Amino acid sequence: MEAVIKTEHLTKKFGTFVACSDLTFEVQKGEIFGFLGANGAGKTTAMRMLCGLSLPSSGQATIAGFDVYKQTEQIKKNIGYMSQKFSLYEDLTVAENIRFYAGIYGLSIRDIKDKTAELLDKLGMQAEAKKLVGQLPLGWKQKLAFSVSLAHSPKIVFLDEPTGGVDPVTRRQFWDLIYYAADAGVTVFVTTHYMDEAEYCNRVSIMVDGVIEALDSPKNLKQQYEAKTMEDVFYKLARKAKRAEI
Amino acid sequence: MRSLYFLLEKEFKQMFRSKGLLRTLFIAPVIQLILMPMAANYSVKNISLAIVDHDHSSVSQKLISKVTASGHFQLVAYCNNNNEALELIEHDKADLILEIPNKFEQNLVRENVQKLNVQINAIEGVKAGLGGGYLASIIGDFNTEARIRTVQPAHIQQGAAISIMPVNWYNQFLNYYLFIVPGILVNLITGIGIMQAAFNLVKEKEIGTIEQINVTPIKKQYFILGKLLPFYALSIIIFTVGLLVSYVFYNVFPVGSFGTMYVSLFAYLFALLGFGLLLSTYSETQQQTMSLAFFFLNVLNMMSGLFTSIDSMPQWAKVVTGCFPVSHFIQTMRMIMLKGSTLSDVSFHLWAMVGIGIVFNGWAVLNYRKRS
Repeated sequence: MEAVIKTEHLTKKFGTFVACSDLTFEVQKGEIFGFLGANGAGKTTAMRMLCGLSLPSSGQATIAGFDVYKQTEQIKKNIGYMSQKFSLYEDLTVAENIRFYAGIYGLSIRDIKDKTAELLDKLGMQAEAKKLVGQLPLGWKQKLAFSVSLAHSPKIVFLDEPTGGVDPVTRRQFWDLIYYAADAGVTVFVTTHYMDEAEYCNRVSIMVDGVIEALDSPKNLKQQYEAKTMEDVFYKLARKAKRAEI
Repeated sequence: MRSLYFLLEKEFKQMFRSKGLLRTLFIAPVIQLILMPMAANYSVKNISLAIVDHDHSSVSQKLISKVTASGHFQLVAYCNNNNEALELIEHDKADLILEIPNKFEQNLVRENVQKLNVQINAIEGVKAGLGGGYLASIIGDFNTEARIRTVQPAHIQQGAAISIMPVNWYNQFLNYYLFIVPGILVNLITGIGIMQAAFNLVKEKEIGTIEQINVTPIKKQYFILGKLLPFYALSIIIFTVGLLVSYVFYNVFPVGSFGTMYVSLFAYLFALLGFGLLLSTYSETQQQTMSLAFFFLNVLNMMSGLFTSIDSMPQWAKVVTGCFPVSHFIQTMRMIMLKGSTLSDVSFHLWAMVGIGIVFNGWAVLNYRKRS
């Protein structure tokens, strides 16, 4: 197995506040890696450092073999990102959004066409291709955003609470898309608050107050903490949190 | 470079899709350009005049008819005494009182000396100054004529005064519109340019799409160029519409060449849009941008030389004005419009605008970070 995300003692401080402390972990190629933690535990900050959006205060990290300090532009070519905030253009149509993002990642006009057809087909959204994204229901938007983040065939995709506010059926469909991507060799790094989703991950880390408290497969974690579900594991760990929400 | 193409495509699609905004951007400046020059007018016409005539002679009648015939004044009252006239000033019904003393004609003829009393309501400085000035010059004329009629012909030679024959270069008839219309057009372009350039980027910050852009490998200079170019196009079109409106409504047509004018416009937009962009890199929300832009627009417009002469500003104000592109472009526009100045005549302002543009744009690119 090859590690596509590698961090060593990765730390981010905002003034005296330590948002992420001493994060050390590895994520393997094709893995679905769940990144759990209560609100304010430091998940988003960690993810932003890995995507090259935020400069670490100390520690090391490489993404797809590239250094997060010096090679952020190479990292960006190899990753997809879907932020907590919905970030497609609501005043552009579905097809225009795909075209735009595929275009700035450097796909040729021909590839863009093929990719658009493929994505719409996979999502079953051919009929909506010319609809403004703003008119779509939230679940569809999220599935679209995920697909757009994969349009340039990245090695790793980072998903920051991709299913927040989405109904259970659509969430299920969303996870089908995640599995589909992972099967194709894409590494999926995902944060979530839904513990049923945590069960779907190959491995899960749980962050408490900026520190990774536990990291293992859901099965092993449940054994280790003598819990029936991931929800129980999460309660046992997250209860220790002292930090208020940021 | 390819990414720039896709960015521009997206920006133009979004621009044409917001029909309401596009309409406002075109119609609002046209309406303003039509109305504002008529309203923002320096030549004072309707000065309310109250007259107190204690003399009731033929000479005093002549003076009064000469004053009222000038077209600057409106006779609002004919008062019996000064108190009555002062009351009119207090109630804001009169701006000026002309008091003609008793035995005005008699003293003028016999003693060759006579004093008139003029009182001015000076709350509105410009109006008072101009009104007093008009009245003084009319009385001066009247005085010369009166001397010719009353004094012996032999004395005329002695009393001959210096007569002034002013020639108004570049604006022979002191057509106020030639001066104000290009200025107002520049002001409108300034407002639209700064606001649109600043808001566009901040809007992406607010709705969160900037985050998605920042994780793409797009180079920030292309991203910024993609943001600015559509507004170059938009501003040039609005400017052209403005020129057309100026010609149709005010018959303002440049003496100089359109080539020079558009080259200057390009230099100006480079500086102006760079400034708008700079503001956007310093704000996180549209509200913040609004406050910043409002502050700067006020300063820029007030100090741009649109209404007041830059030459009479204190030294520090001249330096501040020179650091912003607006005053340079207003001066350039007036030079081209009225004098027919060529590129080499306006080269100082041109280079100043380019220089300011390099500073603003460079600063904005440095300050825009894909990573925090």
